[in-house]
Amino acid sequence: MGRYIIRRLLWAIVVLIIVSAVTFVIFYALPSADPAVLRAGRSPNPALIAHIRHTLGLDKPIYVQYWLYLKGVVLHFNFGYSYQYSLPVRTLMFQRLPATISLTVGAVIVWLLIGLPIGVISATRPRTWMDRTTMGVSLLAISAPVYWLGLVALFLFANDIGVVHIFDGADTYTGLTANPGRWFGSLLLPWLVLAASFAAFYARLLRANLIETMSEDYIRTARAKGLPEWRVVLQHGVRSAITPIVTVLGLDIGILMGGAVLTETVFDIPGVGRLAYDGIQNADLPVIQGTVMLGAFFIVIANLVVDILYAYLDPRVRYT
Amino acid sequence: MSPLLEVEDLRVSFDTEDGVVHAVDGVSYEVDTGRTLGIVGESGSGKTVSSLTTLGLTRSRSTRISGRIVFEGRDLLTASTDELRRIRGNEIAMIFQDPLSSLHPFYKVGHQLVEAIRIHRDVSRSAAHKRAIDLIELVGIPDPKRRVDQYPHEFSGGMRQRAMIAMALANEPKLLIADEPTTALDVTVQAQILALLQDLQDRLGMAIIIITHDLGVVAEITDEICVMYAGRIVEHASTDQIFEAPEHPYTWGLITSIPRLNQQRGDDLVPISGRPPSLIQRPSGCFFHPRCPYVQKRHRTEDPPLAPLPDNARHQVACLLDANIRRQIWNGLKAGRNPASLRRLAGDGYPSRAPAVASTALGTEAPEMPPSGAGAP
Repeated sequence: MGRYIIRRLLWAIVVLIIVSAVTFVIFYALPSADPAVLRAGRSPNPALIAHIRHTLGLDKPIYVQYWLYLKGVVLHFNFGYSYQYSLPVRTLMFQRLPATISLTVGAVIVWLLIGLPIGVISATRPRTWMDRTTMGVSLLAISAPVYWLGLVALFLFANDIGVVHIFDGADTYTGLTANPGRWFGSLLLPWLVLAASFAAFYARLLRANLIETMSEDYIRTARAKGLPEWRVVLQHGVRSAITPIVTVLGLDIGILMGGAVLTETVFDIPGVGRLAYDGIQNADLPVIQGTVMLGAFFIVIANLVVDILYAYLDPRVRYT
Repeated sequence: MSPLLEVEDLRVSFDTEDGVVHAVDGVSYEVDTGRTLGIVGESGSGKTVSSLTTLGLTRSRSTRISGRIVFEGRDLLTASTDELRRIRGNEIAMIFQDPLSSLHPFYKVGHQLVEAIRIHRDVSRSAAHKRAIDLIELVGIPDPKRRVDQYPHEFSGGMRQRAMIAMALANEPKLLIADEPTTALDVTVQAQILALLQDLQDRLGMAIIIITHDLGVVAEITDEICVMYAGRIVEHASTDQIFEAPEHPYTWGLITSIPRLNQQRGDDLVPISGRPPSLIQRPSGCFFHPRCPYVQKRHRTEDPPLAPLPDNARHQVACLLDANIRRQIWNGLKAGRNPASLRRLAGDGYPSRAPAVASTALGTEAPEMPPSGAGAP
């Protein structure tokens, strides 16, 4: 197991290097605004642009730029300086991480608390009105894009622009340590909006898995033992049906930790996703590069955690 | 004294999208403490459904159940879900065909045993764990202290079935229902499992019902055998009678299709032709007529009742052929003759296949006939 983890971690480094190279190439290959021109002001002259280009290091050949970047990351854990903010990208990312983590963790809790019970209830009563209703609603929730749902939620429920004033609106994020009450209040609506489609998806996934599991022979054995039905469902059925969901959950958390771009943008939450969005808007290569690497890092780690967890959840799986 | 378990005129049908499946249709049998009953039939003959119904495991909105299943004076069909739950795994235990899929893959064998014990017994976890080790030892799994903490996938097929048996025995049931307990196992392991069941019965004195499609399996260990076909019992007799003087053409088919070591090389096994009938659109008349080599014209319309033989009340058969003719045919089969060559003994030699298929397709209902002299001399 130890060797397996080490091998996977080494692979993770390879993946991150490839990801950084691809990001670099895409940024230069695709026609985006020239960072130097963007920063040269309203009436730039060629000399100024050349000067900016030189300061940013953009006058060097692309492979040299990449090499310098990689050297900075590996040797000094330095992701370069943002063109836009003139601050180290590392600092920017660490500043933004708490908001993203808050959003992710809260949303995960919300969608598990909503999705899993609905999945179990629907699976144990298939084709009843309750099952049909929850599955119908969940299909709507999956189909609703998060930016649309977010805007609708704001227009309906936000304190400032809403029809009924229930939740704190956009741009109200407060750090957890600064004011826990306001932190919770400001994130409640984003949590619900972000969790909606996930809760729906998890409910449907668990329902499908559980219905299949409940027809397994070992469920019949559990019943034949004389277990009460709720223990048959929860301890024998859900125990098996939840395993694939843990896999999906790990990956979803990994993806969101890299920044829930749409949610953070709609609700104006200063997270990593928002940082990435701003980086793209401003052709801020080091920021884009950094946030992409961070996202890739979380996904790679999530994958590893999922695989390790899987071996723990399913004793038949062993890694060597 | 009434027997331990008495099943009386049990009928189980399921509503499905394709129609009503008559899985069990008027089945009666009984089994007493210390005795072993074999229920034999092809898949889809209703043998598993009848035993699952005993445990209340077929109850659902789309299932219709009638008749009586009396266990120690209590009718299990009218018992509440909770009453049944307390009987399941406690007084009546069941083991299933495929031990790998019947054990939960994510829980240690010991855990599953402890669970079975603690549902019905108010004992501590450590006491239950000790008992689990004893049970594993009882069913002959070596090194029980190590095995108790292993997962089912770390067991061999035979050991898994032993573990299933250990789990079924956890609360010393009065009745053990074994549904195809050896089907998924190697032949050598099959014999071991059957010997184990018999040994455990001698020691613990429980009643056993063995459900199987393989007459060879039950030959050694059952006292009585019910042969089921299309949801009904077509022959019911002591094991000796079933093997020495079987009366039903289906039973003959089952027996002559068992490979035997003393058989001449080159002697063909005689398979039963055709396939089990649909339980939604059942054949008219005798349910076996489309596959019976000795079918007569009236067998297509007349439904034979299960009736005792004139000279042996404990041997029941549902066949319209004359008893003397049946004996002649069986003697012929025993001598190694082919069913086709014996067909003329049955009488007017009605061709077996084509018209039978036609009557099935039409789905003609059998007219209510008074019980004909199926066993009359």
